[in-house]
Amino acid sequence: MDYAFIWAILIAIAVFAYVALDGFDLGMGILFPWVKQEKFRDRMVNSVAPVWDGNETWLVLGGGGLLAVFPLAYAVLMPALYMPVIAMLLGLIFRGVAFEFRFKSTSNKHWWDRAFMLGSMVAAFSQGIMLGAMLQGIKVSDRAYAGGWFDWLSPFTIFAGLAVCVGYALLGATWIVMKTNGDLQRKAYKWGLNTAILLIIAIAGVSVYLVSSFDNVAERWLTWPGSAGLWLVPFALAIIGGGLLNSLTKQQQGRPYLWALGVFLIAFVGFGASIFPYLIPFEITLWEAAGPDNSLAFLLVGAVILLPIIFAYTGYTYWVFRGKVSEQSGYHD
Amino acid sequence: MFETWFSAADAVFLARVQFAFTIAFHIIFPAFTIGVASYLAVLEGLFLKTRNPVYQKLYRYWLKIFAVAFGMGVVSGIVMSYQFGTNWSVFSDKAGPVIGPLMGYEVLTAFFLEAGFLGVMLFGMNKVGERLHFFATLMVAVGTAISAFWILSVNSWMQTPAGYAINEQGQFIVESWMEVIFNPSFPYRLAHMLLAAYLTTAFVVGAVGAWHLLKDSKSAVARKMFSMAMWMALIVAPLQVVVGDFHGLNTQEHQPAKVAAMEGHFKTEARAPLYLFGWPNEDTAEVDYAIKVPGLASLILKHDVNAEVTGLDAFPQEDWPPVPIVFWSFRIMVGIGLLMVLVGLWSGYLRLRGKLFDSPWLQRSAVFMGPMGFVAVIAGWIVTEVGRQPWVIHGLLRTSDAASPIDAVGVGASLVAFIVVYFLVFGAGTVYILRKMADNPEHTHIPDYARVPMAAERLYHEEG
Ligand code: HDD
Ligand code: HEM
Ligand code: HEM
Repeated sequence: MDYAFIWAILIAIAVFAYVALDGFDLGMGILFPWVKQEKFRDRMVNSVAPVWDGNETWLVLGGGGLLAVFPLAYAVLMPALYMPVIAMLLGLIFRGVAFEFRFKSTSNKHWWDRAFMLGSMVAAFSQGIMLGAMLQGIKVSDRAYAGGWFDWLSPFTIFAGLAVCVGYALLGATWIVMKTNGDLQRKAYKWGLNTAILLIIAIAGVSVYLVSSFDNVAERWLTWPGSAGLWLVPFALAIIGGGLLNSLTKQQQGRPYLWALGVFLIAFVGFGASIFPYLIPFEITLWEAAGPDNSLAFLLVGAVILLPIIFAYTGYTYWVFRGKVSEQSGYHD
Repeated sequence: MFETWFSAADAVFLARVQFAFTIAFHIIFPAFTIGVASYLAVLEGLFLKTRNPVYQKLYRYWLKIFAVAFGMGVVSGIVMSYQFGTNWSVFSDKAGPVIGPLMGYEVLTAFFLEAGFLGVMLFGMNKVGERLHFFATLMVAVGTAISAFWILSVNSWMQTPAGYAINEQGQFIVESWMEVIFNPSFPYRLAHMLLAAYLTTAFVVGAVGAWHLLKDSKSAVARKMFSMAMWMALIVAPLQVVVGDFHGLNTQEHQPAKVAAMEGHFKTEARAPLYLFGWPNEDTAEVDYAIKVPGLASLILKHDVNAEVTGLDAFPQEDWPPVPIVFWSFRIMVGIGLLMVLVGLWSGYLRLRGKLFDSPWLQRSAVFMGPMGFVAVIAGWIVTEVGRQPWVIHGLLRTSDAASPIDAVGVGASLVAFIVVYFLVFGAGTVYILRKMADNPEHTHIPDYARVPMAAERLYHEEG
């Protein structure tokens, strides 16, 4: 085990933490169009208002961590993904301020509702585009991005963008199931079922596409021992997907969210295994992208000490705000 | 292939404009939230100690304003952390090993701390009991200061790099983390910026207090605000002038070209004059329309009227920063600093005579000074950043060599998008903040602290 490898795992954990946490609060915005009643919307927003900032901080850690330990990957990816990155940032601005502005504005609340909804969708969609663009490959020459302005745009990346929106909507729906009751919760069970089915189909679609269009991926998955993994993934997906659907039909409270996370985890591991050890698929490995050892070691000390503390107080915040969110919780001014 | 990309040379210019625009917007929020977070911690602490309800009202009043400003600070900050990669990828590749870990520490020690306890601070009053709530407020305040620590260390390293070596890929690598973090200009910049944040906040609080006093001179809450703010002005404004002077002497030592631009000194000369006003003319290397005091610059910078002061002629012209911008921004900042000192002294004098709340003119001046801290902060950063040009890492990496290999169209388009969105969103936010500030602080509603920390069902519904 060397520093670069440990850091690749840590960054992967940060990205997964981001998806698991900000996923459900972006999902809140994605589901907004299906909620007309203002009191339901308020409840949805209030269920994430105390935690969204912390959730988004994982994104800052992902970006900042990449700059710190894999500066070359950061320097290649950001220009390559320029437009989706900017779109994501703008989306995050709109939805981030909407938390406060919705309640501050008297006559324009519906506009900030739209900002929250569109901002969340644009952010989620852009993240999917970025994922798709990374999987389909990025042109590099001489330590710099060498592709064109629109390389990130393809039917595959658009599909990936939609898939991420669906996935976040699923996380959002299962979160609402956990945090509310009554009519809103009943709606959420329905959304949960629909998005779960769509997501499983999307993951299968992306996987088939990857294996069929990229020799590198195919080679990896279709030769031993990868082929064992190849069969493990759909197998695990079937079990966990089944668990998810089952717990939604049985109308369980907290479990659907955990099952949904399981689906994400499988997909995450599957994609990770398709590209390992590359950070920029098939161009730059994580060892090539890594900064000097002493930079990696210096930050690692901090990460090892601080991450458990962060998990502890973040957990504490979730614990303080545990339980169902009632109609008028939060503060409305 | 780089050549073809860079044939669109103005991509670099647009990237600079974009960086300057987004960071100038971003810094407005930290300058205020760093100060308000500390102010809130003081208010809540005082309330718990004295049980005086005035402090509690003040706390709730400023908490709501803080919430709006903090949200805008966060979203504009996230933009910054990605912009290094989108627009300055060569810089990121080269300097990442040095500045990246420092910003990583900022995330781990500051951003998570602020975000984690912010929820409890804003929404947890009736859930956690008063001591824990105070603890949450303290953590948020400490988090903002830690954040300033790291990001200013990064910025100071770019101004006065130390403790590094350069490897075969042209990347900066670290030889001593202590020297990198505590680089020569860092202590001065940290002190100056933190004081700037406290002063900016003090003047905003003072202005709001004064505005309400002008309408109702008996309001106890407004009086308390005003009085606290004027104490800050009296004590911190002069301190800032002293710290600023030390900061300048340090800059003189490490970035003499910047100081020459600040002072408008084209020529190296003994008995160097202090230009109060004038227009530095880069073509003739003269200061036009100058009003000057002979020998004063030598006195300030070298503590000797006859000492020789280095001018821009000591540097090749391609290494000069844009002189008029630096020269004028510096005067704006210092001018505002001196006005702040005046307001502080004036209030001190009235307070001594027991008439602090009786002078409408002091109150009107305080209202006028309300936004001035922001102007000074931005002017100060322009001095620092534009004065560092043409370098992005002083003396080592030129700004023009640091940009991403992308063309102007995209940078320009995203710049336009940022401008439109920022004015729209942050404009609305400013309106909401001003509206909150117009609310009568006497009527601030106070929710109960939780007796039993728990019970989501008993969530409090707070009216406007
Ligand atoms: C971490 C580093 C960092 C920090 C904390 C700041 N800057 Fe900066 N600034 C840069 C790193 C930087 C940079 C990356 O180095 C830029 C981009 C292009 C350049 O020349 O320097 C820059 C450029 C730049 C310019 C354009 C200068 C020019 O091109 O002539 C302005 C006006 C500012 N900045 C303003 C600010 C303000 C108002 C800040 C307050 C927070 C600030 N900077 C903090
Ligand atoms: C180029 C420089 C900068 C970058 C890349 C940057 C980045 C960021 C980011 C990503 C956030 C959001 C963190 C979150 O999610 O909570 C943030 C917020 C913050 N930044 Fe910056 N920042 C920069 C300059 C500064 C400076 C110069 C200061 C102060 C001296 C500062 C102080 C803060 C503070 C106090 C916050 C907390 C939120 C708020 O603004 O209210 N930042 N910054
Ligand atoms: C009158 C007294 C003041 C003096 C002599 C002074 C001096 C300076 C100097 C020399 C610099 C540039 C340092 C460098 O780039 O190396 C600077 C920067 C700055 N000033 Fe001031 N200043 C004064 C007042 C103020 C006030 C009142 C504020 C805000 C409320 C302020 C905010 C800033 C900021 C934000 C910076 C950029 C960050 C930094 O380099 O510290 N200054 N100041």
